[in-house]
Amino acid sequence: MSGKIVPTFTLAFTLNGGPVRVETSPGRRVLDLLREDLGLTAAKEGCGSGECGACAILVDGAAKLSCLMLAVQLEGREVVTAEGLGTAENPHPIQAAFVENGAVQCGYCTPGMTIATAEFLAHTPDPDRGQVREAISGNLCRCTGYVKIVDAVLAAAKAAPGESS
Amino acid sequence: MKPSSPNQPDFSFRHADTLSKAVGAERYSTDFTPPGCLWAGAKRAGVPHARITAVHVGEALAVDGVKTVLTGADVPGSNLQGIVHKDQPVLAVDTVRHAGDAVALVLAESREALAEALSRIRLEYEPLPGVFEPELALAAEAPLVHPGREGGNLLARGLVDKGDARAAMRGCDVVVEGEFETPMQEHVFLEPPNGTARLTATNGLETVVSTQAPFRDRFEIAHALGLDPMRIRVRAPYLGGGFGGKDGATVQCLLALAALHAGGRWVKMVWSREETFLAGYKRHAARVRIRLGASSSGALQALDSVMYFDSGPYAHLGVEIMALGLEHAGGPYMIPHTRAEGFCVYTNNPVGGAFRGFGVVQASFALERSLDALAARLGMDPAELRLMNALRTGEANCAGVAMESPTGVRECLEAVMAHPVWAGRHTWKEAAPPFKRRGVGIAASCNAMGYGRGLPDAAAAKLELTRTGTFRIFNSVADMGQGNAAAFVQLAASALNQDSSLFEVVQPDTRLCPPAGSSSASRTTYTFGNALLRACEAMREKLKARAALALLVDEPSRLRLAPGVVADEATGRSIPLALLGNMLQRDDRICVDQYVMPVVENPPDTGKAFRLGFPHRFFSHGACVCALEADELTGQVELVECVTAVECGRVLSARGVEQQVHGAAAQGAGLVLMENLAHQDGRILAGDLSTYLIPTSRDLPDLEWLAVDGDEPTGPHGVKGMGEVGIHGPAPAVAQALEDAVGLSINRIPVDPMDVLRALRSNKA
Repeated sequence: MSGKIVPTFTLAFTLNGGPVRVETSPGRRVLDLLREDLGLTAAKEGCGSGECGACAILVDGAAKLSCLMLAVQLEGREVVTAEGLGTAENPHPIQAAFVENGAVQCGYCTPGMTIATAEFLAHTPDPDRGQVREAISGNLCRCTGYVKIVDAVLAAAKAAPGESS
Repeated sequence: MKPSSPNQPDFSFRHADTLSKAVGAERYSTDFTPPGCLWAGAKRAGVPHARITAVHVGEALAVDGVKTVLTGADVPGSNLQGIVHKDQPVLAVDTVRHAGDAVALVLAESREALAEALSRIRLEYEPLPGVFEPELALAAEAPLVHPGREGGNLLARGLVDKGDARAAMRGCDVVVEGEFETPMQEHVFLEPPNGTARLTATNGLETVVSTQAPFRDRFEIAHALGLDPMRIRVRAPYLGGGFGGKDGATVQCLLALAALHAGGRWVKMVWSREETFLAGYKRHAARVRIRLGASSSGALQALDSVMYFDSGPYAHLGVEIMALGLEHAGGPYMIPHTRAEGFCVYTNNPVGGAFRGFGVVQASFALERSLDALAARLGMDPAELRLMNALRTGEANCAGVAMESPTGVRECLEAVMAHPVWAGRHTWKEAAPPFKRRGVGIAASCNAMGYGRGLPDAAAAKLELTRTGTFRIFNSVADMGQGNAAAFVQLAASALNQDSSLFEVVQPDTRLCPPAGSSSASRTTYTFGNALLRACEAMREKLKARAALALLVDEPSRLRLAPGVVADEATGRSIPLALLGNMLQRDDRICVDQYVMPVVENPPDTGKAFRLGFPHRFFSHGACVCALEADELTGQVELVECVTAVECGRVLSARGVEQQVHGAAAQGAGLVLMENLAHQDGRILAGDLSTYLIPTSRDLPDLEWLAVDGDEPTGPHGVKGMGEVGIHGPAPAVAQALEDAVGLSINRIPVDPMDVLRALRSNKA
């Protein structure tokens, strides 16, 4: 049986503030492109079918599930992963709030949660608990029961009003 | 909670691992994708019981990029996995016994080639009749899951027998009886089972796995594949959740087998979510029949119960899980006469395994529901009934073990009863909005810590002073998210009077760390923590003795460890740790010590037919109040409040305990409200996250935790384990609340909204 010929193309987009050009196949899953080709492993695979939110990234400021996107969809777009929000030395206020409020247990859902939070706070800078619960309801967490995550999102909103994007 | 003395750890710091996780820098097992690695994947049976007549691999082998396809005949060694009982093939030979059995293993250059090849393997079967119900599986004419096995489908029977329950039952003023069912439950850790492995140049096997038991994994792989366990290295980075589901082989043996055929290249295996549902372990479905007798005053007199655990086709830890269920048949109550009989049964359903609450969830639901029935019969308040029967320190539990460790169940009950959700329940219920019915329920629980008698619950801890004067803790017990690595840093920092920033943690690595038991059984912080404190003690004495050499002090005992230095207060002189680190040779910079959890001395002869894990000496306790609203139009049940009190010895880290209680209560709430692993004839019908629903942020209220401080004298700084006890409350408390709200008495979970509607209609009729 002959192997399929997989066409490749040069994908150009902005990743965490810098330009990226990478040779890839148009049908490569964005999650695999980020994790395996570009070495950015913050976005996680929890289900591969858009149910858990662990693979969330920002594409032009909107939270998207990278397990459901194909490489070609990134052409010319601006992509931010959790690595692009902040670092251990200089964490983003959302990331710091998750740590300070005990919202991180196993941590596997956390990068996706912080991405969902970043998008949410960008357009809802002063939310109530109910709005937060609604906003993160597409991101599953099995460790925390969500209380501390809601606390963290509210704390992040207070810490950096209007600057969360 | 503020530390009250310098010697008490300060847990209010920023956990190093939570920061690296939050910014996406922490590397989980699944984040290792070595460049140029091969990909391995298993072809799953897809049918619950059949004889394999042919495995056609030719078309798969022909796929471009496929390196090899292996079947059961290619497995060296015993081809049997299992923690205690070895009965689960790595690759099925001749027979498949559940739909998730692995029949063939593919190695390929890419995930695409792997998927293509797996789809091209054709399996030919001769179907065999299956057994899907434990009690039917025990019938004489039932098809056998393991033909020729002595005992047939009965994997194990157990009995806990104290006093004379049946005679005492006849003397009871009131007896209630019932039958209760709890379902299979999926762990839904967010990181699926995965790992990487390779053969090294010296013919050793190196693996990185998402596992709760790296040290045991070596032996399991070695036994299954005929390898030398000492030539197997297992590393366990931080896990993306475990909850028991990564205790025992998931990818380990398949991955090792693949590595044997990969010519020294790395091989990676990641189960998809669907494969995890199909092949992963489940909480055992169980059926419990109970008779519970009391005097007219409500004093419990006798318990007689029978439990059936559905093990699926393999043992995993089913026998031990059943044993723990039997040991908790009487819960945290004083019952003079108890009899609990258990049957752990082979079927062709998915494989049962370890899951937070380990047999206790099943026993607890049945007992708590029976207490509700008893309270109703006696016209008693369900909280008062529990309170009056709560086990006190010194009294014997249902296994006949006198509780020498403080039992905080009374304090837990009093704490939740004083909470406004319980104390103000009548007012709250009367204020129900239109088309809503409100109800409130209460339950109590206990959960044993550790392995119990019969095997050592042990850990060894290694602590190194580096050449630069910092400390390195070699953590031997995997951190699946419960925060033990951070807790170890704080215990050590406190013991050595150093800032926590001076400590780094090496995650479990069988080549670098001394051995310890698994990350399970609410034992991690207690057992490894005690070992680590001993290693710290040795380090302190060593550092003082070596500093005495440099400071020319003839009484090392007068030296003190202070931040960054060993100090001589008498002279005001000190020596920096960095200087000491530089002065000592490596062997001298390392301290190793160990701890074995104490066991029940002179155990009573109440437990029959247990080889391992009976009885237990230490228990944590809990109580839970749940308030809910049932919708009259849809039957939907909303959990509005969930308050859990837990007694687990001293509370060192309020945040750490609260996190565990929240997580456990959420998993318990999912179990009772929504998690329905529907299956039929051995096939799972809800096999992904779009059909098997776990709680989202919109399905849960702001869970609350109430601290009940205790003290366990043998624990590190007085702590007991508590990772599990919080899961037991929601199921019985929600069931009682539902009865309170709509008069529906449920004996199986999860709650079915149709039953709620039917109850509402019959109320109106």
